[in-house]
Amino acid sequence: MFRRDPIPPGEAIEILLDGAPFTARRGDTVANALLAGGITRFRDSVVSGAPRAPYCLMGTCFECLVTIDGTPNRQACLVTVEAGMRIERQSGAPSMLPESKA
Amino acid sequence: MSPQIPEAAELVIIGAGPAGMAAAIEARAAGTEVLLLDETSAAGGQIWRAVGTAPEARKTLLGKEYAAGAALVSEFAACGAQHVSGVSVWGVMPDENGRLRIGVRHNCAARLIEARAVILATGAQERPLPVPGWTLPGVMGAGAAQIALKSGGLLPEGRCVLAGVGPLLYLLADQFLRAGIIPAALVETPSPHRRTALTHLPGFLRAPTFRKGAGLMARVRRKVPVIAGAEALEVRGDSKAKALRYKRGGAWQEIEADLVLLHAGVVPSLHLSVAAGVPTRWNDVLRCFEPETDELGATAIAGLYIAGDGAGIGGAERALPSGRRAAQAALEHLGHNIDPARRDAARKDWHKADLGRAFIDRWFAPPPALLAPRGDTLACRCEEVTAGAIREAARLGAPGPNQLKTYLRCGMGPCQGRMCAASITEIMAEETGRTPAELGHLRFRTPVRPLSLGELAQLPAGENARRAVLGDAELPDTPLPLPPRAR
Ligand code: FES
Repeated sequence: MFRRDPIPPGEAIEILLDGAPFTARRGDTVANALLAGGITRFRDSVVSGAPRAPYCLMGTCFECLVTIDGTPNRQACLVTVEAGMRIERQSGAPSMLPESKA
Repeated sequence: MSPQIPEAAELVIIGAGPAGMAAAIEARAAGTEVLLLDETSAAGGQIWRAVGTAPEARKTLLGKEYAAGAALVSEFAACGAQHVSGVSVWGVMPDENGRLRIGVRHNCAARLIEARAVILATGAQERPLPVPGWTLPGVMGAGAAQIALKSGGLLPEGRCVLAGVGPLLYLLADQFLRAGIIPAALVETPSPHRRTALTHLPGFLRAPTFRKGAGLMARVRRKVPVIAGAEALEVRGDSKAKALRYKRGGAWQEIEADLVLLHAGVVPSLHLSVAAGVPTRWNDVLRCFEPETDELGATAIAGLYIAGDGAGIGGAERALPSGRRAAQAALEHLGHNIDPARRDAARKDWHKADLGRAFIDRWFAPPPALLAPRGDTLACRCEEVTAGAIREAARLGAPGPNQLKTYLRCGMGPCQGRMCAASITEIMAEETGRTPAELGHLRFRTPVRPLSLGELAQLPAGENARRAVLGDAELPDTPLPLPPRAR
């Protein structure tokens, strides 16, 4: 749904999206980096599991919630990317029980 | 920009948009200590988002008014206010001693800051437009797309349709055109106040916005198919948007779209002011609640002021003098004498910037039917509560939005009602025949931003809190260690 304008963006930096390398640009918000990289689904909704993506990009809708470096429910539109950041997309409601590690 | 947040300041300003920056500059000119807190990473607010770092070419693309923001951002940077960015403010709480405590989250820890005066300059949020399909990826606010352009240089890829009502639709279409993107269509829904708007035309004709706006609309109409008079909107798609449907003259039409940008104007951000205890009033033209303030921005709470769009929508031009006036009122509260000439100048600038506003407000007002969805359309996106369920609960006798919230959980998700509060009131008004003013809105409470227990646990524990947990047992002065994160 988005691409970058032809104006040279910031320097390329590597982050991890769901464990896979993903290129962002210095200065990007996490949300902009993902949108520019062709990501259309940021999370699955907590009740029905429907796909969701940023609606407001200004901190009001909370549709952009992702897990950043292990902390869940961060607003991707308010956080600036940093090299090596680990982003995970969230699916459904979190469990109250500690996840068993396979 | 210091990463450290002080524990107290004379004047705290929340928000680094036009109103907040203007207020900071005014207060610094009087020699007051100013702490300005902002959620984004750089000063400018949404209107001048990233203007301090945007490359020249992007500033040209976004237009003169955007580029002009850079001057204020540098003036603000040099004014001597302490600016801390990346801070979420979750509450402003008046205490018994007439001081205000500000709850903030910074670097994943909650903190309290004490202030003698606070100016809320948190601006506006884009009004949610709850049409069927609005939760699909590929649907977002037109304002959101503009933020993506300002802050990241993102442009729509594929077919893009703009829909709804408001000057921003034209402004954004024009910016897209400059960047070589031709929107597939601009679908406009009619304002119910166009006739009364015309009685305010003389003021608008004298306003600087008139010439600018007329030129802009003409440019867009030459290149973009503008479809006026759409009575209803709907987005179609399975896992993402595929088309925008609109009803016109009783018949549905469809336009293919990869990106649907919805807009119905902007409304004041109310969470902080309401949670602090500021009463609200209903604005029947703009169809939104506004905090009750006097003309300077003073609220019912001593020491608490509201400036800019957060006090009532007036745009960036009006936000500047509004910020200066709120700062003058706050300075007076802090014991300063205000030079009458300065006071007068700010008042004159405010009225000058207000010229044309009465026309614009009415010409671009949202049609109420569009704000009160029906059936399966989600009104509350977080808890996925349908408009139909809200209608049924209203018919069953829920007396107001807050009771309805306890029935259905609408407004209890992470956005805390920012996306559904207006729809709940609009739907209840339609179902019960009562006015939005009578019904009121969801009660917003502190903390107005989600805080984790771990973040909250970083707050220094007061004596009462200790007693509540430990009774008379002794506690060491050091904070309790955090439990290891559950894995
Ligand atoms: S996109 Fe709305 S909060 Fe981030």
